Amino acid sequence: MIRFELPSLGADMDEGTLLEWHIKPGDAVKRGQVVAVVDTSKAAVDVEIWHDGVVAELLVQPGQKIPVGTVLATLLEAGESPMAGASPTAAVAAAVTRRAVSPSARRRARELGVDAERLQGSGMQGSVTLADVEAAAHVATAAPASVPAASGAIDRAQDMRKAIAAAMSRSKREIPHYYLSETIPMARALAWLQQRNQGLPVDERLLPAVLMLKAVAVALRRTPELNGFHREGRFQAAAAVHAGVAISLRGGGLVAPALHDVGDKSLAALMSELTDLVKRARAGSLRSSEMSDPTVTVTNLGDQGVETVFGVIYPPQVALVGFGRLVERPWVVDGSVQATPVVCATLAADHRASDGHRGALFLAELRELLQQPQELDAPAPATSTSQASSP
Amino acid sequence: MKDDRAELADAVMALLCSIAPEVEPDKLDLARPLRRQVDLDSMNWLDLMVGLKQRFGVEVPESDYARLVSLNDVLDELQARLPPR
Repeated sequence: MIRFELPSLGADMDEGTLLEWHIKPGDAVKRGQVVAVVDTSKAAVDVEIWHDGVVAELLVQPGQKIPVGTVLATLLEAGESPMAGASPTAAVAAAVTRRAVSPSARRRARELGVDAERLQGSGMQGSVTLADVEAAAHVATAAPASVPAASGAIDRAQDMRKAIAAAMSRSKREIPHYYLSETIPMARALAWLQQRNQGLPVDERLLPAVLMLKAVAVALRRTPELNGFHREGRFQAAAAVHAGVAISLRGGGLVAPALHDVGDKSLAALMSELTDLVKRARAGSLRSSEMSDPTVTVTNLGDQGVETVFGVIYPPQVALVGFGRLVERPWVVDGSVQATPVVCATLAADHRASDGHRGALFLAELRELLQQPQELDAPAPATSTSQASSP
Repeated sequence: MKDDRAELADAVMALLCSIAPEVEPDKLDLARPLRRQVDLDSMNWLDLMVGLKQRFGVEVPESDYARLVSLNDVLDELQARLPPR
């Protein structure tokens, strides 16, 4: 019997509301298949399943709000018969019961128009009390009067702000950040891009952001202590680089879903995946793996005009790489000053996982890689760079 | 009756609204720099260029992007590249 749980959707999302099932009992499902849609503060997330099997029972109904880790459904493995073992339904049902709300609190919540299920309870075992409801109603009325007609949109914006606040507060509370910056000359990279894009149809052209993403992923191979997660008191390096791409949303807020295996993909493939990811992020349609997989975050604030960005690490990741605006600056080349396009690359990294020396090596590698853009377009050099230096 | 340029402007405006839904066409000044009036990142800009290709069949070369500062510049570019009617 496989228990299919609501997966983690990132550090700032600990619950979601089931919107719909794409499966029903008796359906065969395959690993990677999207089986449900769950609404979070940031997006409606297509939840994927990571086992092959046959759906036995759906345990959560659309409309229910559920914490991460809740068993959503049970599945039978290949060859397993439906009656093998006791039904887990009873145990599972207990896990998905709604947040405890005292009857008086529930009644008062209805009167005040407060959603008691969403409150942090201060009562026994986190139950929501009358006082919690009244406090919440007080906060709601103290806040600027919201327009009821648009309350859906406002809820989403407020929820997202809260989720970002929680994750970033945790980051600043727990992660000893250190910051490094390096100005990288981009004349070669831009000339190469221009030549590559020339004559290509507009929808096949590459943005500089794609070159930078690839360079980050390749450079991280040399400094694996910047790519992975700090969990349970220790750092675990990740095998692949799944870059969380920070995407600002038009209504405010941001998401940083994963582009998978960035180091192994061609620039053309990355460009089309990035285009698709940005489109879906802004339309509010992402996959659960995209929300939970990023091993590092890359943010590109240059389009908004700033030269330098010092990022806040998204826990449990241990590094964030930032790029500012491409600007022309006086630059000394072979003893003479030239107007040269440059970009400021920054690294915010977790001192529990790495030291400034390693961070500096990463930025130096990034700078070197961006001087040889054609190499970044070559098929994956695998781990050759790191192996070359070993005896 | 609307002239060609006004029709073009309407079509470009519709495209822009699909990329940046918060845009209010009446409030945009065709002569002012577009990116000072609308929050467009490089991906949005590329979307606009792809949209122009799909809508009008016009491929704007990357080397021309720097000239396209205002919406009027974009309309000039389109008119120059569209076959005369």
